[in-house]
Amino acid sequence: MAPSCGATRKSTSKTYPAVAPSWRIRTRVLSAAALQVEGLARHFGEREALSEVSLSLAEGQTLVVFGPNGAGKTTLLRVLATLLRPHAGSVRVLGSELPAQSWAVRGRVGLLAHEPMLYRELTARENLRFHARLHGVGEARVEELLEALAMSRRASEPLRMLSRGMVQRVAVARAVLHNPELLLLDEPRSNLDPAAVDLVEPLIGAGSSHTRVICSHDPSGGLAEADVVLGQRAGRAALMRAAAEVDPGEIQELYR
Amino acid sequence: MSELLEAQPRKTAPSALPRRATGLAPTVLALLRKELLVELRTLESVPGMSLFALSTFVVFHFALQRGSVEGDEAAGILWVTLLFAAILGVNRLFVADEDQGGFDAFLLAPVDRSALFVAKALALLAYLVVLELVAVPAFALLLLGPTLGPALPGLAATLALGDLGVAAIGTLVAALAVRTRARDLLGPLLALPLFVPIVIGGARAISPLLVQAHRTGPAARWLLTLGLYDLVFGLIAYAVFDFLLED
Repeated sequence: MAPSCGATRKSTSKTYPAVAPSWRIRTRVLSAAALQVEGLARHFGEREALSEVSLSLAEGQTLVVFGPNGAGKTTLLRVLATLLRPHAGSVRVLGSELPAQSWAVRGRVGLLAHEPMLYRELTARENLRFHARLHGVGEARVEELLEALAMSRRASEPLRMLSRGMVQRVAVARAVLHNPELLLLDEPRSNLDPAAVDLVEPLIGAGSSHTRVICSHDPSGGLAEADVVLGQRAGRAALMRAAAEVDPGEIQELYR
Repeated sequence: MSELLEAQPRKTAPSALPRRATGLAPTVLALLRKELLVELRTLESVPGMSLFALSTFVVFHFALQRGSVEGDEAAGILWVTLLFAAILGVNRLFVADEDQGGFDAFLLAPVDRSALFVAKALALLAYLVVLELVAVPAFALLLLGPTLGPALPGLAATLALGDLGVAAIGTLVAALAVRTRARDLLGPLLALPLFVPIVIGGARAISPLLVQAHRTGPAARWLLTLGLYDLVFGLIAYAVFDFLLED
């Protein structure tokens, strides 16, 4: 059974049941949904990282995933990014079935993970130019992003010389370099000071117009930008609802 | 209920970015450039490989308790030393990508994954050439009895063929081993048996060159064997590399 989450946070007057029949999801939402996940399971050896996770998310919406460490948030992001294969269930990302059509999803997804996915010995500019070449993006875009993130002055220094916050800014630039349709963000504002948060906001924030999946440990901040909330606990979906219906206390409960 | 399931349209579409399809050659070039740049900055592979080869020749020099070697003995010592030194490079080949998340970033790019195999094999080939530029003269100085000059063209051709095989097999093995916990052990364990035909072919091919007053070139039969081995393993590695990158 797939939970329903096709509504925006703004539509507070409607009543949203926690679970919708899966046949409806298949027949009505499939073509327009950015994400359509049903009964997803993924394990590492004997350990179940994800089990029976179902969700759907429309284009332009933001799904915020809460849950304690080890709840399967990062694994979910990596499955959606095509980096991990689902072991059970069905996963459609941007209209393509995973893992069979993973090739059609790559290049349309931007992943900002815990690791910056950048080479420490290369400069910020070299790193971004390298990724720009892989994605067929012109170098003007690299300079544009360095400028937008106030990194132009330090762009010629090896990454190992930069602070964590600066590396995170470069990682944000890498994730949005190719202007992906779907952004998968794992605690995207970690290591960033308030000024840097303001800088990354137009690129990965609510105003960026991307469909977003965000892993967060900040109930108030996460709820503020969510259209849909998924609460994970021990690999299972403990909470799946439109954000307008979620009480911050329910999220706190996930961590107890 | 139905309105709940209706997907909402995008708030606004992301602005279109001019993008061009990335072909195999530009991708290989981008990856190779990055690879060489990282090696140039870290100096993690080539200096280690070269120092290992030099140390091994010194050890042989004292262990054999004689001034010089030639023929089969010289060919064997040279190839075995070069292959063990190559193992160091093979073990390091994907480490920066795995440790720093470069693997994942590459897998997210809409490019032919075989480009990574080609770029890594070319990088390893470049490391081997630099290694040999250091190791062969040192071998001639420390161990080789006959003068190296007349043997150089044949030796270079044989080493080039051997290097192609080592680069293809080494890249394949490195990709297999890097995602395991025992990668430092697994790499050599997998690579060495596959290198054996290269040692046999390479040593037999250059053995006639490393004797006093040699008048022949490298043994054609063994050169052909090396070439075929390179071709077979190059094709196998290219064909299966994509699957090694999959989860």
